Amino acid sequence: MKTQLLKYGVMATFLTALLAGCSSTDTTDTSGDSAYVPSNQVSTGTVGSGGISGSSLDSDSSVARTFYFEFDKAILNPEARAALRIHAQTLRSTPVNIRLEGHADERGTREYNMALGERRANSARDFLVQEGVNGALIEVISYGEESPASLDSNEASWGLNRRVELK
Amino acid sequence: MRKFAAILSLCLFTLMLPLSGVAELTIEITQGVDNPSRIAIPPITQAGRSLPEDVSKIISADLERSGLFSPTPRRDMLSFPATAKEVYYRDWRILGTEYLVVGKAVNQSGRYKITFSLMEIHGERKVFTKVVEGPTTQIRDLAHYISDQVYQAVTGIPGAFSTRVAYVTAIPVNGKMTFQLMVADVDGARERLLLDSKQPIMSPAWSPDAKELVYVSFETGRPAIFRQKLATAAREQLTNFRGLNGAPSWSPNGKTLALVLSKDGNPEIYTYELSTRKFTRRTTHFAIDTEPNWTPDGKALIFTSDRGGTPQIYKLAIATGRVERLTFRGSYNARPRLASDGRTLVMVHRDNGSFHIASQDLVTGDLRVLTQTYLDESPTVAPNGAMLLYATKKGNKGVLAAVSLDAGVKFLLPARRGDVREPAWSPK
Repeated sequence: MKTQLLKYGVMATFLTALLAGCSSTDTTDTSGDSAYVPSNQVSTGTVGSGGISGSSLDSDSSVARTFYFEFDKAILNPEARAALRIHAQTLRSTPVNIRLEGHADERGTREYNMALGERRANSARDFLVQEGVNGALIEVISYGEESPASLDSNEASWGLNRRVELK
Repeated sequence: MRKFAAILSLCLFTLMLPLSGVAELTIEITQGVDNPSRIAIPPITQAGRSLPEDVSKIISADLERSGLFSPTPRRDMLSFPATAKEVYYRDWRILGTEYLVVGKAVNQSGRYKITFSLMEIHGERKVFTKVVEGPTTQIRDLAHYISDQVYQAVTGIPGAFSTRVAYVTAIPVNGKMTFQLMVADVDGARERLLLDSKQPIMSPAWSPDAKELVYVSFETGRPAIFRQKLATAAREQLTNFRGLNGAPSWSPNGKTLALVLSKDGNPEIYTYELSTRKFTRRTTHFAIDTEPNWTPDGKALIFTSDRGGTPQIYKLAIATGRVERLTFRGSYNARPRLASDGRTLVMVHRDNGSFHIASQDLVTGDLRVLTQTYLDESPTVAPNGAMLLYATKKGNKGVLAAVSLDAGVKFLLPARRGDVREPAWSPK
């Protein structure tokens, strides 16, 4: 077992060294293609597409930025609507790009949950647009069940994972 | 850009190294058939000298994992015959052995040639003698070939021991997930890393020639579909649309992908011609349409849709666009896959609130729940239609499991670290 761990360790170090080599190459080589920006997300040296800005709302931190849903549903509850109404107000007066990330719990299939996560994020987007926010400011991304907030397999955990995060 | 791609594939190529000599996945048989055939495989050697890998042990493990065979332990064997002529049937009858596989290897300029025979003990007859040869570095392939031949001779069904499985692992590193796309032999050996990412990797699917994979990666900050060659690790991003880019499935003739895009507002099934790079929208419905998979004749797609109020399986004829609902039992049927007979549908089915793998005979309509594990998903059928692999949870950990299509044989493939998910059984 110890040798096994050691093997992994050596391998990991080796890979890290390799990959460090790869990513440093990216940085110098992507300048010619504006559609690509260097990314440190994958260790294979692949690059990400641009266009996703990380700007965040400087709104009142007491207003919820995560909204929760029922199983297999994408309907905004009254708390979510109340919070989104306040965010809409801020966005109308100070327009900034936002990202709505939709998520699902681990039950059911992964690609169906991708669709469900998107449907949830779309509910939040549609509500903001209805409240007068420019739809062009909003990007919707679904993570399905791939990026859970809580890793346990129980009702409480699933409830935390069926969510939309405003970023 | 081209220079960049070249450097990129170089980096990827270096990643095609085996992670370690020991398989990451091990196998735990949880249920076999009541009367498995008793088979003995004495050591296969090169004139008494052992081979770099224990070929007879690999064959024993293959056959045992099918659930249909019970290998005789080596320590119980009274003799180690290597050819049909050396067999004393009495030695094996005493042990209750029904079948015997004997073989011997010769090394000819960097290649092994193994001559092997299958004997039927009760009838005291030789079923066949065959020869297989290959490079000394591919000795496991020779062993799996022998397993395939023996399995087919005894059961009448082609073996699937020479196939591979692609899967995704998620390993927490300092509180953050690392995602890896892996390929291993179906016995868990020779595991290889294809892609390592800090962002999710999903939905691996094989090309019909088993030389490429398509999958979804979030490395660009959005889900996007990539294809990647196994031999060279050369990879290409195929889609970059706003919204979902998911659930790729390769057509049986290798020319087209079916996939899901939500660029027009909600998830729809598209086909994508690889040669012309042309997308064609195939569904038009405000509901979720996802998880397309080709029928073996390539003429239709089966997919998941909640157009009826709950997720159910539908079939779409490519030529006419006609859509037909296939599942009616239960309030959740999703992620369909068809066995190569085109008749046995497998899917994720919710049964009394639990998610299990079920099969449905498309001719008789009979539905059968095959698994009783926890949060079962992602079924993938072996090319010979005898077994399926799926993903399940055991003690808060994602593991792979297998079940025969008749539900008689069950086994788990627990990983030593991290979550293992989304198995995809290679088509050959």
